Amino acid sequence: MGRKVLIQNDKIPGINTLEVYRANGGYASVEKALKTMTPDQVTDEVKKSGLRGRGGAGFPTGLKWSFLAKPEGVARYLVCNADESEPGTFKDRYLMEKIPHALIEGMITASYALGAKVSYIYIRGEYFYVLRIIEKAIAEAYEAGWLGKNILGTDFSHDCYVQVGGGAYICGEETALLESLEGKRGNPRIKPPFPAVAGLWGCPTVVNNVETIAAVCPIINMGGEEYAKIGIGKSTGTKLISASGHINKPGVYEIELGLPVEEFIFSEEYCGGIRNGKKLKAVVAGGSSVPILPADLILKTANGEPRLMSYESLSDGGFITGTMLGSGGFIVMDEDTSIVKNLFTFARFYHHESCGQCSPCREGTGWMEKIIHKFINGTANESDVDLLWDIQSKIEGKTICPLGEAAAWPVAAAIRHFRQEFIDIAKSKKFVDISHYNRLNKIVA
Amino acid sequence: MSSQLHGAQHFDKSKRTKIEFSEDAMKTVQTIITHYPEGKHKSALLPILHIAQAEFGGWLSPETMDYVAFVLKIKPIEVFEVASFYSMYNLQPMGKCILEVCQTSSCWLNGAEDILKYIEKKIGIKVGETTKDGMFSLKAVECLGSCGTAPMMQCGASYHENLTYDKVDKVIENYSADGKLRSYTDHDYKNTL
Ligand SMILES: Cc1cc2nc3c(=O)[nH]c(=O)nc-3n(C[C@H](O)[C@H](O)[C@H](O)COP(=O)(O)O)c2cc1C
Ligand code: SF4
Ligand code: FES
Repeated sequence: MGRKVLIQNDKIPGINTLEVYRANGGYASVEKALKTMTPDQVTDEVKKSGLRGRGGAGFPTGLKWSFLAKPEGVARYLVCNADESEPGTFKDRYLMEKIPHALIEGMITASYALGAKVSYIYIRGEYFYVLRIIEKAIAEAYEAGWLGKNILGTDFSHDCYVQVGGGAYICGEETALLESLEGKRGNPRIKPPFPAVAGLWGCPTVVNNVETIAAVCPIINMGGEEYAKIGIGKSTGTKLISASGHINKPGVYEIELGLPVEEFIFSEEYCGGIRNGKKLKAVVAGGSSVPILPADLILKTANGEPRLMSYESLSDGGFITGTMLGSGGFIVMDEDTSIVKNLFTFARFYHHESCGQCSPCREGTGWMEKIIHKFINGTANESDVDLLWDIQSKIEGKTICPLGEAAAWPVAAAIRHFRQEFIDIAKSKKFVDISHYNRLNKIVA
Repeated sequence: MSSQLHGAQHFDKSKRTKIEFSEDAMKTVQTIITHYPEGKHKSALLPILHIAQAEFGGWLSPETMDYVAFVLKIKPIEVFEVASFYSMYNLQPMGKCILEVCQTSSCWLNGAEDILKYIEKKIGIKVGETTKDGMFSLKAVECLGSCGTAPMMQCGASYHENLTYDKVDKVIENYSADGKLRSYTDHDYKNTL
C-alpha cells in the first residue's frame, strides 16, 4: 500500500474542526518552522523534497519560491490557486471540504518561508459552500492564534483571506487569477514579468495550487529528504488523483507517485475496474487538457513497459504515444464511449472558456467546436478530419497563455489515436452514441 | 448588449432608495473591503457582485451595477466589464432557482444529456429559458468539479450529485415547495440530495 501524507485522516469525524485537526498532529509544521527554522531553511526543505506544482504544470515548488523577488519595503504575497476548473479535477475541493485546516496550515508555513504578511486563497465561485468551510477554518485559526499578530509569540504576523471568483476557467491561469483578484476581467497577462517579480498589485507574488501548499506541511514535519523518499525518481511524494468516468469507484485517491496505472484502474483499493464488466477503451489521465490515450498505451508505454502514475512515465513517448500527469484528473472511458462526442464536450468547454484576447485561441476554439459538431450531426466529410488537424496545429505556441494549447492538444490526440472513428462517422453520415446510457439505465430500471 | 448598460448617466439617486444593501449585507461588504491594502478596494468587486445579485432579485440590473460602482467608488464601466465576463453573474432576470446541469465529459459519460432532457420535459422549458411562473431557469454548464459524483447539477450554493430521475424529481419538488430565491451566497448549503 502506498504511503499517504495529505488526506490520510479524511475519515476521522470532526477533522474539519481545529480541535480534532490539532489533536491529530495539525499545525505542527507551523510550530516547527516558526520556532526552529529560518524562512530560507523552510524553502530549502521544500527544494530538497523535490515537490512539484500540483496545479498542472509540475514546476518545482522550491525553485519557484527561490525566484521570488525581495526588494526592501515592498509587500510580497502568497496566493493559493483554488480555482479548480479543469474538467475531471475535483481533488482540491475534496481536500478543502474535508480537511480545510491542512490548507490553512500550509498557507501559514509557506508564507513564513516567503516572507508574506498577507495571503489569499482564490476559490472558484461555484465552490461557494467550500468558501464557507474555509472561512470558518480561518476564523478558528485566528481565534487560536495561528493567524494574526505575533504567531506563537514570534515576530511573524500573518493574515490570510479567502476570495471568491465569478465563474471562469481561465482564472485558474495564474496571471488571469491575479487580474481577477484585483477585481478585473480574467485576462491573462503577457509574461514576462512573471508574478515572482510583478504579481498581485505589481508586488512579488507566488501562486501555488491547493495541493502543493498542503504538501508543505508533511514536508516540513518529516523533512525534505524523507519526503523525497516517497514516490519514484523525480516524481517525489504523493498525488491526489480525481478519478471519474466509467469506473466502479469514482472519487479522490491519494496515491504514491509511481503506482502502476493498471493497478490504479483495476485494483479494489482504487478505481475498482470498469463498470458493468465493460472493457477499457481510453483514459484522459491528467484533466481535459492532456492528450487522451487508448487502453494499450495508457497501460503500457510504446516500449512495452508498464505505465506508471508519475510525471515521467505518463509523458514517456511525448505527445505521440504519451500524455501528462497534469492536474491528476483521471477520466476513464469504456468500450462503448464515442471519443468524438467526448472530444466535443471538451471543444465546447474551451470555446466557452477562451478569454478572447488572442485570435488563434478565440477563433480556433470556435472553429474546432463547430467542426466536431458536424461529426455529431452526421454532416461531416472525411476532409473535415484534416481541417480539424490543421486548425489545432495552428494554435500551439501562438497565444498569450496556455489555454490555446490546452484546447488544441485533446483534438490532436483524439485524431492521432482514434482517426478511424472520425472517418467512420464521415463515411456513414451517421453518429450513434450509446455510451452514456450505461449508468442511468441501471438506476432507472 | 444594450448600450444603456454601460453608462453612469442613468444612475438616479432616487432609485437608490430601492437599491440599497441591507444592514447585514453592508457590513459584509465593509469587512471584505478591509481584506485589501489601502486603495486596492476594487479587489472586492467580485465578492460584492455576488452579494448584490443575491440581495437584488438574483440578477444584476444596470441600476444594481451602478449602485455597486457607487459603493466601491469605481466607474460603472469597471463593474459592467466584470459582470459581463464571469458566468455566474446574470445580466437579465432569472428564475428563483437556476438549475445548472453540467454537460462536460465526466457528467456526459454518466448520462448528463438524459438528465437535461428529463428536466426539460419535467418543467416544460428548454435550456436557456425560464418557467412562466418565474420559479425555474435551466442552464447547461461546464464542469463544476463534481466529476466523481456525476451526473450533477448546481442550484444556488447547493450541489446535487449522483443524479437520477428520482433525485431530480425530489430536488425540484423541494424547491417548488418553499418557492425561495436560491443564491450562491446562501448559507443553508445541504448536500442531502
Ligand atoms: C487555462 C489554465 C487553467 C489553469 N487552471 C488551474 C487551476 O484551476 N488550478 C491550479 O492550481 N492551476 C491551474 N493552472 C496552472 C496555473 O497557471 C499555475 O501554474 C499553478 O497555479 C501554479 O501552482 P503550482 O506550481 O502549485 O502547480 C491553469 C493554467 C492554465 C493555463
Ligand atoms: S490563449 Fe486564449 S485564454 Fe489565453 S489569453 Fe489567449 S485568448 Fe485568452
Ligand atoms: S464534468 Fe461535470 S462536474 Fe466535472
